[in-house]
Amino acid sequence: MGHSGVVSPFADPDSLARALEATGYLPDAGIATVAYLAQALGRPLFLEGEAGVGKTSLAAALAEIRGSELIRLQCYEGIDASQALYDWDFPRQVLHLRAVEAVGGLTGGDADLAAVEQALYSERFLLARPILAALRTPGAVLLIDEIDRADDEFEAFLLEVLSEFAVTVPELGRIAAATPPLVVLTSNRTREVHDALKRRCLYHWVEHPSLEREVAILQRRLPEITEALAREVASAVGKLREADLLKPPGVSESLDWARALSALGAAHLDTRTAALTLGAVLKYREDTARVESAGLEKLLAL
Amino acid sequence: MRMAGGVGAASDVGVNHADGRAGGIDGAGRAGGVDGAGRAGGVDGAVRDATGVFVGFARTLAAAGLAVGPGRTAAFLAAIRALDAANPRDVYWAGRCTMAAEPDDLPVYDAVFAAYFSGRTRSALRPRQRTLQTTVPLPARDDEAARDTDAGDQGETPIVRARASVKESLWRRDMARLTAEERAELAAMIALLRPGLPTRRSRRRRAWRQGAIDRRRTMRAMLVAGGEPGRPAHQRAGRRPRRVVLLIDVSGSMAPYADPLLRFAHVLIRHRPRATEAFTIGTRLSRVTRALAQRDPDQALQGASAVIPDFSGGTRLGEVLKAFNDRWGQRGTAHGAVVVIFSDGWERGSCDLLAEQVARLQRLARSVVWVNPHKGRDGYLPVQSGIVAALPHVDHFVAGHSLATLEELLEVIRGA
Repeated sequence: MGHSGVVSPFADPDSLARALEATGYLPDAGIATVAYLAQALGRPLFLEGEAGVGKTSLAAALAEIRGSELIRLQCYEGIDASQALYDWDFPRQVLHLRAVEAVGGLTGGDADLAAVEQALYSERFLLARPILAALRTPGAVLLIDEIDRADDEFEAFLLEVLSEFAVTVPELGRIAAATPPLVVLTSNRTREVHDALKRRCLYHWVEHPSLEREVAILQRRLPEITEALAREVASAVGKLREADLLKPPGVSESLDWARALSALGAAHLDTRTAALTLGAVLKYREDTARVESAGLEKLLAL
Repeated sequence: MRMAGGVGAASDVGVNHADGRAGGIDGAGRAGGVDGAGRAGGVDGAVRDATGVFVGFARTLAAAGLAVGPGRTAAFLAAIRALDAANPRDVYWAGRCTMAAEPDDLPVYDAVFAAYFSGRTRSALRPRQRTLQTTVPLPARDDEAARDTDAGDQGETPIVRARASVKESLWRRDMARLTAEERAELAAMIALLRPGLPTRRSRRRRAWRQGAIDRRRTMRAMLVAGGEPGRPAHQRAGRRPRRVVLLIDVSGSMAPYADPLLRFAHVLIRHRPRATEAFTIGTRLSRVTRALAQRDPDQALQGASAVIPDFSGGTRLGEVLKAFNDRWGQRGTAHGAVVVIFSDGWERGSCDLLAEQVARLQRLARSVVWVNPHKGRDGYLPVQSGIVAALPHVDHFVAGHSLATLEELLEVIRGA
């Protein structure tokens, strides 16, 4: 690994944490440390955790503080190199060939043919997919989202790219990153990702934020809500997370909930406004039934 | 690494074994990393000394069952160099993100970290050792074995005939009522099962002589022909293995079946390592897929019993199935899968919870197969409270007490 060319613009985890805070992402000590290490060691960051704990937004915040682009590769079943790496623009190649013919460019002669062929497989017709785009963008953050959804053959391919930070296009040659991108992989643990890939990464299990941090996040992201409302929402969501639900709400749900309440002009979370907006936090009928039968008052007690 | 640790551990030399192995990595360094006398306060020592302390920490984690090898240890040391080695918080996070690989590793990591850096190494390892001591072999049924050898002494039938008849009868015999010798034979026969497992349509398309037009291949062919349109190429959806999830009850009442059923799981996992998951259920949920993925069946079984803390314990099916649904099933492990539950349905907990969780599982999975070894016995009626609660939510209810029924089960799984 060891990328001597990587110079982290942040001297220690604390300064990275302060930079992240300035973007509106409030990290805890663990996240700040592993994100710092990912930059300092040039290793990919492998994030796991419940849905909605802010794995993807960490990648966005990291891109923002590096002043670079976030390039996202959403994985799905059957994804392959032509969707992740690069592809040739076939229709335009055919069009080009026909155009050359039409203007009489192909009058014979080997030199001519070679020139046309070279033009066909040139940069002009290369479609850069996310990984190639990330290798060519200095300082980019490459987010490989939900790696557990891709097939295991794709993991082997990623392993190769992530160890070299270079790809070979047969017609063009090897394309290597001048400065390797910061790679963030996320997984929802629907299947186990191969250990060889994990070994190459820094692993972090992302937890739900503490009450204080969640209040801070809500206020930071939604300046229009009062501290009292933020505190009420964060405490109610905290109780919901312990209430043994099918889908415990994440930070994105508490943000949705606070947004819904503020859209209704509610200054406080009470049984009436809670009943109206419960759909913003609970996405399963069984969960709603369970919370309602336990009594909304219990949820709201601070 | 984890495998090696597990096997060594099962033969009750886990800690020493790890020491010997680690000694090979840097023999000159502080030998006996785990025995570690006078380790406390080493964090802020001289650099070389500190490296020894950190390497010792990595070895201790490996001995405690984490998959830590030289690569992860090197990553840990690099992470420490990038941080402040004298700051316990930095050491904690550097180790956690380089040497833990899944949420299940985190409690072990925390315990080892706390114990190692406060000089109480031995107590950190003790829980693991206790687990090992509970890996008792399955009840040997000495009484039956003894009776059998007595009978063998008296018998005068030719050996060859006897063995042939053994094989034949084994095919239909109840697996719980075998002698030790027959069990060994059964194990060999299970290893010979050739499962044909279910498949599903994949999103990835493959070339075929008819079907939808494959735009890319057609274009490519045109390009080769200098832009002249030719015959269109076709494609069709490919097939992928469908996931199979095995949930094996290892509580006391199922104990005689645990060994053959785990072997059965081993055969399926070896056949489709990426599309098969195995868990044991009882009082707790334990994932045994990784342990059972080894080639050798006996080693795989040893490895599995090292990770099952509740062999021959009670049954809390409802709670354990809930744990499975929460931690694995809903996240995707059960989505579109064939879920096979091996249990006799003895439920000590609440049957309402069991019914609720089996219903939830059925909504997530493609189909739920319940295998009850007792179903094969004469006069069996599904009256156990657990079975009664679960049956309305089960797609197939089959026996699984003999090799013949296991083969039938494979047929059911294939068609599910």
